[in-house]
Amino acid sequence: MGRKITIEPVTRVEGHGKVTIHLDDEGNVAQTRLHIVEFRGFERFVQGRPYWEMPVLVQRLCGICPVSHHLAAAKALDVIVGAGTGDGLTPTGEKMRRLMHYGQIFQSHSLHFFHLASPDMVFGIDGDPALRNIIGVALTNKDLAVQGVMMRKYGQEIIAATAGKKIHGTGAIPGGINKHLSEEERDSLLKGTDPMNVDKIIDWSVEAVAWFKNYHKKNKDFIDNFAVFPSSHLSIVRKDGAMDLYHGVLRAVDHEGNKILHDVDCQNYLDYIDEEVRSWSYMKFPYLKEYGKSNGWYTVGPLARLNTADFIPTPLAQKEFEEYKAYTNGKPNNMSMHMHWARLIEILHSAEMMKELLMDPDIVKGELLTRGEKCNKGIGVLEAPRGTLFHHYEINDNDQVIMANLIVSTTNNNQPMNEAVNFVAKKYMNGQDEITEPMMNAVEVSIRAYDPCLSCATHAFGQMPLEVSLYNAREELIDYKMRS
Amino acid sequence: MSKKVNFVIDGKECQSEEGLYLVEAAKENGVYIPTLCNYEGLKPKGSCRICSVKIDGRLTTACTSPVQDGMKIENNTDELNEVRKEIIELLFVSGNHFCPACEKSGNCELQALAYRFKMMAPRFPFAFPRKEVDASYPMIIKEQNRCILCKRCIRGIKDEDGKRYFAYRNRGQDSLVVPDRKMMAEMSPEKAQEAMDICPVGSILVREIGWIEPIGTRKYDKAPIGSDIENNQ
Ligand code: SF4
Repeated sequence: MGRKITIEPVTRVEGHGKVTIHLDDEGNVAQTRLHIVEFRGFERFVQGRPYWEMPVLVQRLCGICPVSHHLAAAKALDVIVGAGTGDGLTPTGEKMRRLMHYGQIFQSHSLHFFHLASPDMVFGIDGDPALRNIIGVALTNKDLAVQGVMMRKYGQEIIAATAGKKIHGTGAIPGGINKHLSEEERDSLLKGTDPMNVDKIIDWSVEAVAWFKNYHKKNKDFIDNFAVFPSSHLSIVRKDGAMDLYHGVLRAVDHEGNKILHDVDCQNYLDYIDEEVRSWSYMKFPYLKEYGKSNGWYTVGPLARLNTADFIPTPLAQKEFEEYKAYTNGKPNNMSMHMHWARLIEILHSAEMMKELLMDPDIVKGELLTRGEKCNKGIGVLEAPRGTLFHHYEINDNDQVIMANLIVSTTNNNQPMNEAVNFVAKKYMNGQDEITEPMMNAVEVSIRAYDPCLSCATHAFGQMPLEVSLYNAREELIDYKMRS
Repeated sequence: MSKKVNFVIDGKECQSEEGLYLVEAAKENGVYIPTLCNYEGLKPKGSCRICSVKIDGRLTTACTSPVQDGMKIENNTDELNEVRKEIIELLFVSGNHFCPACEKSGNCELQALAYRFKMMAPRFPFAFPRKEVDASYPMIIKEQNRCILCKRCIRGIKDEDGKRYFAYRNRGQDSLVVPDRKMMAEMSPEKAQEAMDICPVGSILVREIGWIEPIGTRKYDKAPIGSDIENNQ
């Protein structure tokens, strides 16, 4: 008799999710699905709006990574106002945007690692739920918690200085940026009192990577074997193969490391990527056209970026990258929990990038804007904290948006998250007729590794509850657990 | 030299030239009476009622009332401020005002008044009217969702011959302020900017300017609306 399990809500994830598990007649997991059941419709309601509103309007998709939407939209509009396809801005325009972006990656990754993920590591995934949260970390591991809060704050300060405010700023405009950093702003970010200066932030980032490596040593079995499955990986990389989170060409590698998307221009993304709609989820399933719907799916985000990039162009992060790569003998890393390791290396890289940019004189002076011959279509792609983010706009001759297509990071990770949940369900649920607490936790942890922002992905508001339903082969609900 | 008159606003002894409208006379004495449809240099209309005050116990609009000797005026009272707040709220719900994505945010008088009078959760039902974004003119976009029908543009934006760029159309809830297509074809960039500036909200937008002004430098970023008058005592 087959059965189906549903899990919702998923806690410590941004947004909503629901998991159903179907068991077959033998009581083994036949099928698992992560359903995304919200809908927001930004792509529709931006139609008719003046194009220059997009960076400010569309960032309202999200309160966690609005900067990514703000910048991806601005990049798409750079193309429309004739400011080139990512490399045509003034030095100040480009560097201020990059600073904003690395500040965002830094704060979002810090939030995820310290606030959302570290409780699982400090207390174990089977730890007491009353303790297994950031408050529990603060009570038992104060230094770690303080570090998390202050690192996030530093990233937020960078955003406020470049975008005008910490959340939902207005800095990036089509063709550039609307402000410089004042010298006082720059100096306080470079040399502020501990811990609010970039050197302390870099030190802490190094410590955070070390903390994870130490944790990894003690928990190899869990970190190396939890939700491991072969996947392709996609991201942008700089033209020379370096990690670049703000601009580059699209590259994908398969689980063996063979290039399957060869550094193509982001403006042509539709030639290579398509999205499949499945009836049971509002979140689409993107895939590489050449490899088809069932084989063309890929992972994005920190794990993917460290799999696609040839090197990281800052010294401390590069050192960590080499160690990380050596762990898999240079092959792509397909271990979901290594996402945390990759994310921490990116935290370090972002910290180094922030320092490099803050030291650059173009940040405090120089031309802000450039514009050229207008056209009616633009695509902006960047690496958001959670992975590759596509914004595509088309306008009419009256400057109104007539088409918008957004593929957000979490949507790109739709299939991998389903794979991860399936992996965990098989491990914990085969032969079970009851949803256990460790099973609930494991599903949560597997989804959380992707740091999904489901409100973005479905363009929906909301908290992320976790609900698991277990169905038998006759589609009868035999167990159900929900928690918020 | 014109005659001076003495009057009292909320207990404060004031003096000004005779014949000034009360809003102006109060301003000269460092007293802020909020306005919205009123605009310096234009003939007052008294249509928005934000400037409602009590003169010798009678409710009236300060923008259309000439100051007279011996007047006793109530302005900054709980009762009047509540009426003002209600008017602001009604203006918000009768249009589609989405401040987070409006480029006039920070420079918008309606938004500034809402902050000043502490508009919090909506009390009145949203009308969600269906309005259009008319982007068919070369220099400006007329965003009808945000028009509060104050007529400042109609009264203030004219060419050298006094011909108006904007006109009123329809009545009641269908009322619209629409640009004159012929006049629009000849509108200069300076005139377009003037129109955007005279509009208290984000209903007249010069193309492709957007958020060029960073947060922190906008008109109401640093101090609430009216504080310039109050600080100028
Ligand atoms: S467009 Fe602006 S100035 Fe003209 S009536 Fe509407 S709100 Fe008033």
